[in-house]
Amino acid sequence: MLRGGPSGARNPPSLEQINAEVFTLTYGSIVRQLIADFEDIEEVNKQLEQMGYNMGIRLVDEFLAKAKISRCSSFRDTADVVAKQALPMFLNVSANVTNWSPDQTECSLVLTDNPLADFVELPEEYRELKYCNVLAGVVRGALEMVNMDVECRWVSDMLRGDDCYELRIKLKEHRDEKFPYKDDD
Amino acid sequence: MSIYSLYVINKSGGLIYNRPGMLNDRRRSGHSLHAIASQLSPVPGCTGIELLEADTFNLHCFQARAGSGGTLTGTKFLLVVDPHASFIPTLLQRIYELYSDYVLKNPFYETEQVIKCELFDENVELLIRRYTQQAT
Repeated sequence: MLRGGPSGARNPPSLEQINAEVFTLTYGSIVRQLIADFEDIEEVNKQLEQMGYNMGIRLVDEFLAKAKISRCSSFRDTADVVAKQALPMFLNVSANVTNWSPDQTECSLVLTDNPLADFVELPEEYRELKYCNVLAGVVRGALEMVNMDVECRWVSDMLRGDDCYELRIKLKEHRDEKFPYKDDD
Repeated sequence: MSIYSLYVINKSGGLIYNRPGMLNDRRRSGHSLHAIASQLSPVPGCTGIELLEADTFNLHCFQARAGSGGTLTGTKFLLVVDPHASFIPTLLQRIYELYSDYVLKNPFYETEQVIKCELFDENVELLIRRYTQQAT
């Protein structure tokens, strides 16, 4: 999806790449258009998340097909795979996994670089806008397809003056893997 | 060495693709076979059929497998091939990649629905032709 040099410890599989600016600018105009269409920032946040979700449920198959990963044994593993392999593969950035909750069901992905927001300055009137909410949706959609129901929200955002992007992921339910049915009565 | 047919089954058990287009009542058999096999199997934690060998054909199934990065999303790829055919797992992996590119990235493809994507058809055709040429 994006061009760029080497990143991360393990090299992500090479995908066809596009100019990062085309991508950033396209995303920017989508967000702009959503604001124009919905006028309500809360609604825009929701739409972005939904768009991300729709991408995530398709994207996960590409990741599984091309990334040659092995099965994750815990939610901890999964978070690592998202941060160290999926993000580098599709966005050419990697994240750190931190702030685990004591019961290991909640963690944060911390990004210091985010190509989605490269040229963005958030005006005062859009302070409530979660500019990168599409990513939260992608993660939720992708994990849902591998049987994990998660909740994703941005807790820090550099566009709003924080010093990193922090995406909080909370595992709500890990569904059983039996496809598609067990015993029929 | 030849590839007899390819089936793609969605996670609810519906047949969404078959090649060459002979739609018959093999519709739900992929999932059922799987479900039955995993229950009959004496091996604990069995995840179903991976390869079924018969006198006249081999049936390969590509699905969630620990360690080999198969599909965890519930989509199954079944390939019926000549018993002498080799490198089928690699071929299935390639087909899965084609599916993630030409089917899932097509914005007008509705997920879980029947696959009607010409680009996918063409590329699968190409892949299989290349495979059979290489093998002979």
